[in-house]
Amino acid sequence: MDDKVLIAKRVALEMKGGTLVNLGIGLPTTVANYLDPTLDVYFQSENGIVGMAPAPEEGMVDPNLTDAGGGFVGAIPGAASIDSAVSFGLIRGGHLDVTVLGGLEVDELGQLANWTVPGKMVPGMGGAMDLVSGAKRVIVAMTHTAKGKSKIIKRCTLPLTSVRRVDLVVTELAVLEPTEAGLVLKELAPGVTVEQVVAATEATLIIPANIGVMPISESVAVAVGS
Amino acid sequence: MQRKATSCAKAVEMIPDGAILMIGGFMGVGSPHRTIDELIRQGKKDLTIICNDTGRPAFGIGKLIVAKLVKKVIASHIGTNPETQRQFISGELEVVLTPQGTLIEQIRSGGYGLGGVLTSTGVGTTVALGKQVIDINGKQFLLELPLRAEFALIAAHRADYRGNLEYALTARNFNSIMAMSADHVIVEPDHIVPVGVIPPDAVVTPFCCVDYIIERCN
Repeated sequence: MDDKVLIAKRVALEMKGGTLVNLGIGLPTTVANYLDPTLDVYFQSENGIVGMAPAPEEGMVDPNLTDAGGGFVGAIPGAASIDSAVSFGLIRGGHLDVTVLGGLEVDELGQLANWTVPGKMVPGMGGAMDLVSGAKRVIVAMTHTAKGKSKIIKRCTLPLTSVRRVDLVVTELAVLEPTEAGLVLKELAPGVTVEQVVAATEATLIIPANIGVMPISESVAVAVGS
Repeated sequence: MQRKATSCAKAVEMIPDGAILMIGGFMGVGSPHRTIDELIRQGKKDLTIICNDTGRPAFGIGKLIVAKLVKKVIASHIGTNPETQRQFISGELEVVLTPQGTLIEQIRSGGYGLGGVLTSTGVGTTVALGKQVIDINGKQFLLELPLRAEFALIAAHRADYRGNLEYALTARNFNSIMAMSADHVIVEPDHIVPVGVIPPDAVVTPFCCVDYIIERCN
């Protein structure tokens, strides 16, 4: 299975009914494709909508209805459009239950760096700093390594997005839970060993006696994801 | 009734070189596109732009960057415009990157007569450098100062001839907040309707905030 599909499917299992969720651009956006359709999960987009829905069919888009990446989206019946101050009031004010964001680095303190590589990539933080500081639950969805280098390291070397400890990190190899004591290895991806995760991780992991396996069936996942 | 409707050219002629502008829009959605094109046509120089993002090189505020009319940008995101990043890295353009929720509150406080806002966003990061940290009930906040502009260039869905504004979906974004925070507010609506067509409960920006309404293409 594609690594990013696996990550998105695992993150989708974290979603609970009746919650308001903000998905970041890129991999996090694809989490919506794998949600249990019986759950009432509502999506907020920071450019100003509560109740975002997938894009309508071609020819039916509204150029004034987009997501934070500028892509055309839809809205559920009962959606609300809001200005940017209300939107970030929702984010900072404890009204947003979950945010899922990509990452460049996560460290042993559970701190995330995801907005810049100084001198090379200076896109700006957009809403990421507010989302990480303000959402009730922060889930990082990212590949475990980049170009062979671990993205889960002892201390972030890139500028931090927030000093807040994120709540969960999901990669194609494992699910990690940052805690006060450090990064706990909670689950392994199907077919992955503890040794493989440790070898791909620069940070020291806390390895409990019992480690789960991501409850994702390889065969079903491939069928749906491909 | 005061006549606020004017041509795009006349509205933009009021803006001097070196002006501080707020420009609405999010990735070009809800940006005043005709006004942006007119700034380029008139060749304004040394502008300071306060905006959420610099759009793309050929869409939205990004066009102003490509045309090199801008000396300073205060924005939350420049990632979709490689030209902004290039000018920033080479030192041609000053860029102040600000968290989006902080930026909108700086603009809001500028327009609401507040001395700034306290936010936990950015505490302990590079965003906090040089800023006052204030402890409120044991939690740390950054003091973020208000922003104002000489002109706000905003877009709306409908304006009436008095200047009441209604917005469409995610095209509202920064526009309704910026309408409070500049000395002169120029709105580019999709449609201008007779006074009374927009009912009071549907008005988002009240007419007293709007100085000029750009007429349909002429």
